[in-house]
Formats: sequence, C-alpha cells, structure tokens
Amino acid sequence: MTADKIVFLLCAALIISSALMVVTTRKLIHAALWLVAALFGVAILYAILQAGFLAVVQVVVYIGAIAILFIFAVMLTRKEMLDKGAQTRSNWWLPAVLGVLILVGLVFLILGQPIFSRTAAQIPVEVDTLRNLGTALVSQDGFVLPFEVASVLLLAALVGAVYIASGNNN
Amino acid sequence: MDFLNDPLNFIAGWMRGLLTGWGLADGLATVIIYFIGITVLIIFAMTLDIILVWVERKVVARFQDRLGPNRIGPFGLIQPFADIIKLIIKEDITPAGADKLLYNLGPVLAIASVIFLWAILPLSAKIFGVDLNVAVLYLVAAGSLGTLSIIVGGWASNNKYALLGAFRMVANMISYEIPMVVVLLIPTILANSMSVQGITQAQSGMWFAILSPLGLVIFLISAIAELGRSPFDLNEAESEIVAGFHIEYTGMKFGLFYAGELLHAFTFGGFIAVLFFGGYGGFFGLEKIGFFSWLNNPFIQAMVFLAKAMFGYWVIMWIKYSMPRIRIDHMLAFNWKFLTPLALVVLVNTAILSKVLGGLPNWGYDLGMFLSNILISVITVEILRAYGRKQRKTGVKLTPRGVQNQEQAV
Repeated sequence: MTADKIVFLLCAALIISSALMVVTTRKLIHAALWLVAALFGVAILYAILQAGFLAVVQVVVYIGAIAILFIFAVMLTRKEMLDKGAQTRSNWWLPAVLGVLILVGLVFLILGQPIFSRTAAQIPVEVDTLRNLGTALVSQDGFVLPFEVASVLLLAALVGAVYIASGNNN
Repeated sequence: MDFLNDPLNFIAGWMRGLLTGWGLADGLATVIIYFIGITVLIIFAMTLDIILVWVERKVVARFQDRLGPNRIGPFGLIQPFADIIKLIIKEDITPAGADKLLYNLGPVLAIASVIFLWAILPLSAKIFGVDLNVAVLYLVAAGSLGTLSIIVGGWASNNKYALLGAFRMVANMISYEIPMVVVLLIPTILANSMSVQGITQAQSGMWFAILSPLGLVIFLISAIAELGRSPFDLNEAESEIVAGFHIEYTGMKFGLFYAGELLHAFTFGGFIAVLFFGGYGGFFGLEKIGFFSWLNNPFIQAMVFLAKAMFGYWVIMWIKYSMPRIRIDHMLAFNWKFLTPLALVVLVNTAILSKVLGGLPNWGYDLGMFLSNILISVITVEILRAYGRKQRKTGVKLTPRGVQNQEQAV
C-alpha cells in the first residue's frame, strides 16, 4: 500500500463520515461546519490528483464563500439553532433501499472495470497545467462559448442584485 | 551538493541516506523527511512569533512616546517568555453554554491559517516550503480559513459581544477579499506567473512597487482589513463590544489568537515584499555582477527577505498605531464605493498596458506603467475633490452620510 493510497483512504473516510454528520447532526451550525470538513476533503482529493488549481479554487469558493455564507445566514436567521423534530419520516425505508441498490449497482459496475490495477501517470514538471487550463478556457476550439455564457449569466445576476439592492423597484 | 548553496536539499539528502541506511523503504523515508521539514518550518515560524511579541511592544511604545518593556533581560528581550509563562499558568475558563469542541477549535484554526501561509513563503531561491503554481490563490484560500476561525470562536463562546465581533469580522473580510483578489492579479499579469518564485524572479530588474504603486497601496489596505488591525479592527472594538470575538478566551487560548494576529501581520509583510518589493531578490541586476555574487547565497537572501518582511510589518504597525478606528458603514462604503472600483480600473489598465507596451524596451515599459498609475491617482483625487466640492455646495451638513443609517448598519 503506497502513501498515496493511505492518504486517499483517510480522505475518503473523512468525506463520507462528515457528509453523514451533515445530515444527522441536530445543530445547524455543526451541520454547516461538517459540510466545510467534507468540502475540504474533496479539496485534498483534487490535490492528490495533481489538480492544484481546482483544489485551491474549491477552498476559496466552497469554504471561503459558500460555506461561510451558509453559516452567516444560519446565525442570522434562527435564534434557537437546534432541530427538535423527528429526523426521519415514516417512509424512510424506501430511499434507504433505493440508495443501497444504487450503491450495490455502482460497486458491481466499477469492479467490472480494469481500473484498480492502474496508477495515474505523473504529469511532467515542464507541463504548466494552469496555463493549459487558461488557454483552453479562451481558445475557439476549447471552451470559449460555455465560458462566455457563464460570464454573461454571472454579470446578469450581478446587475440584478444591484438593482434589487438599490431599492428603486417599487 | 553544498550546505552553503542548497541547505535544505543537502540536509534532506543526508537524512535520506541515514534513514535508508537503517533499512527503511525509500517512500517511508520521504514521508518522514517531509514531516520533519514541516515541523521545523512551524517551529521556526512560532519562534519568530515570540520575537514579534517583543518587536510589537517595543515599536508601539516608540509610537506612543513610551519606553516599552525594559525590565527583564537586555532591552526587555526576555519579556515575551515571561508573558508566555503568565498566559500558560492562567486559569483556563470555558464559559457555561459554550460549544466545547468548537470553542477549542477556534484558536487552533486561527494559528493554523497563518501557518498554512508559511508553506508558500519563499525565504530564498532554495529555502521554501513548496513552490505552488497557484500560490496567489492559495493566499486567498488560507485567508478564508482565518475567517472561519473567527466565526467558530465567536459563535461557540455563547456571548453576544463575541457574536457581534464575529459578524463584523465576516462582513469586513468578505468585502475586502474582493479588492485583494483583484489586486493580486496585478503581480500575476506583470510576472506572467502565479507562483511566488516566478513573481520574485520577474522582479530581479524592477520592483512591482514601481510598476504599480497603486496596486501596492490597495493591497496594503486590503491586507490590513483582512488582518483586522486598526483602522479596521471593528471586530474587537473595545469601546463598543468590549473585546469582540475573543472576549471569552483566557490564558493561552487568547494567546493563540494574539500570536496568530502578530504572525499574520508579519506574514503579510512578507507577501508585500514578495509581490511588490522583489522578495529575497530584486537587487536591480546587482547580483549578476561578479563582485556582488554573494547576494545569491540562500542565507543572505533569507536575511534580505526577513528584513523586507519586517519593513512591511513595521508599516502595518505604523498605520495601526497612528489611525483611529473607522465606523462600520464608512468601512463598507470605502471598500465597495471606492477601493473595489479603483482596483478594477488599475487591473484593467495593467492588463491593457502590458500588451500595448510589451514591445518597448524595459525602461519604456517601466516608465509607461509608472506614469499610467500616477495618471490614475491624479484622476481619482480630482474625482474625489469634485465630489467633496459638490457636497459642500449643495449644503449637506458636516455630519457624515451614514449617521442616519447607523441603526441599521450595526
């Protein structure tokens, strides 16, 4: 067992257990913080896969912005931050069975593929992955159209937010 | 391999030989060496932190026309150790109703978010933790973990003042992260690289502080806001919310917040040095002359870097101890209505000019960049002046604009 595999298994255990805590814990703030832990685990996975840019962006966007906004909203909106009701509904067994079936199916499907004996090829040092990503995003035979569409969408959302916040919309 | 020219690889090679000689596998030896390296880096940063306590107290004393600590040891040098002993033997109080785990996690995260930054801080061309190709973004990512530590500490204390301090800190950090991210792109464009080594080496001929003085000023302001130091220290405004997010912390737990803040300030001094003052290099080509080749020695470079970082830290202290705290609505208005648009203008200007002037010789490129920055500052000052004049003419009272909104602003 190589060091990579040990790190991967630890990281996968972290992600799964914190994801489980997100849905089972009763304190909303704790749920948000477990979500941060799960997202951090995903960032470690990206780092293991030599996608440094994605790992850092994962932390900046998901932990730095989205999770912190979650926590902020939870803190602002609810005084009693404890969930008291029952955590399951009467028909909880149906999704549980469906989930187990999907898991079993996925495991069978993955076990049938010859991917477990392979090791990821090392990216040569002279390849600048960040530069390649940047040119791919703006080149015509790359992803310029989705990239620009996403930019326009974000700009529209920004303008909309400014309009709503300006208070002139009676 | 020579110890004087490449100390880290020399020691790592020696230790690898030793460990594999004992019969350890090569992979395991690598893990152990990395682990020792990380530990040594953390110990170095924390030892420096102890000295920073002394530096901070001495410098603030000078700014306030006092002597500062001078009783224990020569120049009061042993004072920080006395402080630490005092902090350790104090009673450790956890408030009733506090969330135990999160309450203890807060200070740990606070210091960890600073130690994370040391991973990418290049002490010299050969002494550094790791040379990430996304180092500039990593800086922002580590900052967001710092925000998290304050939210966690402020919420878990179960105290209204602590929660208010945490709210203010989050509002502060979320807003000032935007001009900081924008302005971090300026060294990236100028150096064509996001790695700190690349940015440092791109400044061997000319510092980015000269190519983009406005970028430097905006980065300094947003760095101070991110640090939560005066004039942006609303999160711990004594006159309003007693001590803010760390009000309930006693002993060494408070000490970790305090140490984290000092080390964070010094680290940002280091990043100002790296991004705008050439880091460990930036001798304007002097190091290429044979007589000055000793400037390339990693130990000399590390000394130069620490001196520049200390200067940045001194500027941050200078501002902290000479400026009064600003009000929260002023702070947010200053960021959103002034700093963010200015940062965007400077970024667009730098991006366009770096293409337009790219064909010119070095001196033309540098001069063009510098003059464009001066032009933008003159226009900014003129716009501000016209705005102020208009306000005076329309007969607006001298009361600040935010006063009537003050109730909502808190």
